[in-house]
Amino acid sequence: MSQRIIEVKDLEYSYNGFKAVDGVSFFVREGEIFSFLGPNGAGKSTVINILTTLLPVQKGSVSIAGHDLAKEPQAVRRSIGIVFQDETLDRDLTVKETLELHGRIYSMPGGERRERIEEIIALVELEDKRNVRTRFLSGGMKRRLEIGRGLMTRPQVLFLDEPTIGLDTQTRRRLWEYIQRVNDSGTTIFLTTHYMDEADQVSNWIDILDHGKIIASGEPSALKNALGSDMIYLDTSDNAASQSLLEALKSVRSIKSTPQGLAVTINADGTRCLPLIMNRLQEKGISISSVNLKKPTLDDVFVHYTGRDIRDAGAGKLHRLPLPKGVR
Amino acid sequence: MRERESCTACPCPKECAKMSWEFLTIYWRDMLRFVRFRIALVVSLIQPALWMALYGAAMSSNLSRLSSGLDLPAGAASVSYLTFMGAGVIALTTLFTSLFGGITLLFDKNWGLMRELLASPMPRNHIILGIGLSGVTKSFIQVMVIMGFGLLIGVRFFPGYTPIQTAGAILGVLLFVGVFSLGFLFLSSAISMSMDTPEGLQAVITILTLPLFFASNALYPIDAFPPLVKLLSQFNPLTHLVNGVRYFTVGQDFYAIGIHYVYSGSDIMISFLALTGFAAAMFLVAWRVFQKAVVT
Repeated sequence: MSQRIIEVKDLEYSYNGFKAVDGVSFFVREGEIFSFLGPNGAGKSTVINILTTLLPVQKGSVSIAGHDLAKEPQAVRRSIGIVFQDETLDRDLTVKETLELHGRIYSMPGGERRERIEEIIALVELEDKRNVRTRFLSGGMKRRLEIGRGLMTRPQVLFLDEPTIGLDTQTRRRLWEYIQRVNDSGTTIFLTTHYMDEADQVSNWIDILDHGKIIASGEPSALKNALGSDMIYLDTSDNAASQSLLEALKSVRSIKSTPQGLAVTINADGTRCLPLIMNRLQEKGISISSVNLKKPTLDDVFVHYTGRDIRDAGAGKLHRLPLPKGVR
Repeated sequence: MRERESCTACPCPKECAKMSWEFLTIYWRDMLRFVRFRIALVVSLIQPALWMALYGAAMSSNLSRLSSGLDLPAGAASVSYLTFMGAGVIALTTLFTSLFGGITLLFDKNWGLMRELLASPMPRNHIILGIGLSGVTKSFIQVMVIMGFGLLIGVRFFPGYTPIQTAGAILGVLLFVGVFSLGFLFLSSAISMSMDTPEGLQAVITILTLPLFFASNALYPIDAFPPLVKLLSQFNPLTHLVNGVRYFTVGQDFYAIGIHYVYSGSDIMISFLALTGFAAAMFLVAWRVFQKAVVT
């Protein structure tokens, strides 16, 4: 299988006695999109700052692209690209100059640098903004430029800290296309984001961090499935017959009859059960007038594990299902 | 990538460090901004001209009236106050420009490129060196303009010098200005990196500037200072810079405001060494601040 390009073991970090990161271990496989989720103040930024060498390793070990972070920070710096959460541009340099500066401080030889600048400008579609100062770029263009800059040295890992924050939906979608394309070409992506739907769509693996500890980890679908049951809402020509028919199915946990029809709780992956259920009913000559599948979203997963709901600030800790951490 | 390979292939990491020129990138970027901000550029040139034209003219007429009755020994070279203070204005302008030279780092830290620079493989002392070099360049431009403007309004620099002597004297001035400027740019970089707000930086620099300014021989002689202030002024880098600039622009033996100035070669050497020592010490301070700097 693919190699572990990032390996973090028992990482701890304290600010003046406050433990922001409390024994975190995880790894990222080469070529995947790895998402690091967590509420504000969970320690996400601290971890990403340590991994990108902006904060020292206080305790624990980090290895990136085969280099020990504490011993060879320079080698790590050469292997990674970073898109910082806050805008990190010189507003008075042009797009081209911004890339030029980056290439130079990463000691790229002149010929290669000039070649890469043109490639990157084309990749992030800023051809007509080449000689425009960054202060005159829109938010999305600045982000694209920063992502392009992060890719300039062809890093093995690209760190994206909240890359789409504050951008409109359309721009966000465009950015994800770039990020996906970058990932397709082999760059491992380490991502933090607040947008659960985005993390859900793009990530191969998700770790959820809270109070400085990893509290859940797994593939997005596994995390959602582990959270609980999918619900299927059905309305048929004969609800009573449907109910007795479906109760015999192994993957059906329970069925409730409601004025709108049947609410079926599923033990297994709803997307796989739904065709089965529909086939079974149709075989018996029962026609289906409406069907709806509701899966838990990553939002639900997030709320479940962190006990925090954005819409309900007063929510206390929810009970936690005894879920095993993802195994891989 | 190629660079990375050549660097890992390098048998001794120190060899690689010796070959790195990234500070020139920092220099390039800072100069680009300097040229781009025409207002900053123009103001930096107008300010010293105003000093010369207004303060210089006003004080000059007063002092020449006061010292008109003084008898000078026969054959002594007498220097006008305007010429005397011309050297001081060169020194003061260099001081102000250099002390504020690091402010760009504070802006970078809060709103700009600092994270990008700190997370890059470039050694951090290149940031200090790059800012130092660009600051020195700015000071050189200012000093040349002040000397040119001074000559226009009646400053008598380089009295009776041949063109070659003049060129040598200008080089001497630039040497002193360069070393002095580096010292204060390193200090300014260290302060900027440690401060969180421009307001704080402004306050610290103001506090620093006043004593440096007043306990120096830039605009008046230090002979009449109270002993303590006089002693302090001997440790003031500004005094040493003014000594150097006067030595090169006015000469080694002259009278100004009725006071006899004699600069021997060893005096000037001591001043130069003092400035070099100051710059080296400030580099170490800045280096330490940058090694420890955390910007997230």
